[in-house]
Amino acid sequence: MHGYNVLRLVREGLTGHKGWQPAWRKAEPKSSYDAVIIGGGGHGMATAYYLAKIHGMTNIAVIEKGWIGGGNAGRNTTIIRSNYLYDASAAIYNHALTLWKGLSRELNYNIMMSHRGVLNLAHDEGEARQLKRRVEANRLNGVEAEWLEAKEVKAFCPPISVAADARYPVIGATLQRDGGTNRHDAVVWGYARAASEMGVDIIEQCEVTGIATEKGAVTGIETTKGHIATPKIASVTAGHTSVIANMVGVRLPIESHPLQALVSEPLKPVMPCVVMSNAVHVYMSQSSKGELVIGAGIDPYLSYTQRGSLDIIEHQMAALIELFPFVSRLRMMRQWGGIVDVCPDASPIISATEVKGFYVNGGWGTGGWKATPGSGHAMADLLANDRPNAIAAPFTLERFVTGDLVAEHGAAAVAH
Amino acid sequence: MFVITCPYCGERDLSEFAYGGEAHIARPEWREDMSDAEWAEFLFMRTNPKGILAERWMHAAGCRRFFNMLRNTATDDILAVYRIGETPPKVEARLPATPSGEAPIGSGNDAVKIIQPGEGA
Repeated sequence: MHGYNVLRLVREGLTGHKGWQPAWRKAEPKSSYDAVIIGGGGHGMATAYYLAKIHGMTNIAVIEKGWIGGGNAGRNTTIIRSNYLYDASAAIYNHALTLWKGLSRELNYNIMMSHRGVLNLAHDEGEARQLKRRVEANRLNGVEAEWLEAKEVKAFCPPISVAADARYPVIGATLQRDGGTNRHDAVVWGYARAASEMGVDIIEQCEVTGIATEKGAVTGIETTKGHIATPKIASVTAGHTSVIANMVGVRLPIESHPLQALVSEPLKPVMPCVVMSNAVHVYMSQSSKGELVIGAGIDPYLSYTQRGSLDIIEHQMAALIELFPFVSRLRMMRQWGGIVDVCPDASPIISATEVKGFYVNGGWGTGGWKATPGSGHAMADLLANDRPNAIAAPFTLERFVTGDLVAEHGAAAVAH
Repeated sequence: MFVITCPYCGERDLSEFAYGGEAHIARPEWREDMSDAEWAEFLFMRTNPKGILAERWMHAAGCRRFFNMLRNTATDDILAVYRIGETPPKVEARLPATPSGEAPIGSGNDAVKIIQPGEGA
């Protein structure tokens, strides 16, 4: 175990930092594994970690076509919250939030978890009523939530404009105090290091090209690094979930859209919390480096190009200046896109499929990051026991046939 | 950013259009014995290909008419525009070399770009 601590930092500092080892092994694929996880993002690495740690399955591999954490794990805006409306969503997102709170310690890796609070703004009476309803629903589910009037919003987040003559006046907001942000790379690397130490093979630059089945059951996986025999495959990708599922003929209710984000030049601390607004359609927080991290809604069309269109950015910048007038003098530094796979009910899929041994964790839409540890935890349980646990049960594929949807558009819409 | 050729109005900016999703999904004829799974297939299940997609667009800030388009979702190349009721024309597209590989051009993700034969590193 090459853990990180102060003594080690001092020792390495005095000896020229020559003793640091790579955090995880660069593995080459073995001929067979007990399970293979497709996708080395946050959810994939968390699934591998909990499979090894809780369920003792260490003869497993994570395969990733690029580098780990280079897909949506590295492209999201790292906002953590759990203030969803329905019981099923509150259960999984709050489970994740509980795990986030202890994750730095558990992984011995500083994930820079900052519980700085998340504001969801209301700009009209109808929205205020909806958000107040959500606060009460959250409280019943043990999710930390409260309602702030406009004056309290201004006190909690001074840079915000609450002018009454604004085109979209802020009339109040919900606040989840234990929501916040963290550092995405650290989460992926922390999980990777811990999983790798338990024997999990992390295979990068290895793309899935096909899945072998026999009599309706998975027997192996074809990759750009050759054939790997395995009885269980978990697709834990974002964006390409439909592409992977298509390899075994499983149809999914998923559509993949570009979702853009951008960051400003670095500033001194100006934003004390995360602010999101469904009505003006933008959200913003400040990273530890000082950049303002800004996001909005998805591009309307299906695409896998990780770019998005300029009109979306124009729209979100206009919304941002309305909300934070000081931003008008700021330069934007970088823009990027990720591909999000969106379900019709804005809730994820954690499910077995009609192909035995093929499992899907995907369809997280625009807000998967906050669920990373909870998603991995539930997915590991599904993979090990072949049946969903109480947290995953509402999110199976069957819900699209029975109609028992978990419709979270109100809680998921622009907000992430 | 796309410039879309509306079959009725000509070249216009993407922001004038509304998206209508995958095209050619026919609502099943109502039958007494229609199963929930059949209905779910029509209502929810989508092809979502990385490659050639037939999709519907509506010229919201123009003629407000629906039409169909073939587009390569790996590169965003617009391949063909045709009217509602017409069959999709045969087109060729630069597809990724592997199912989820990145296309030779057009992807923002060079990190995982799969170099195709004949292309430089």
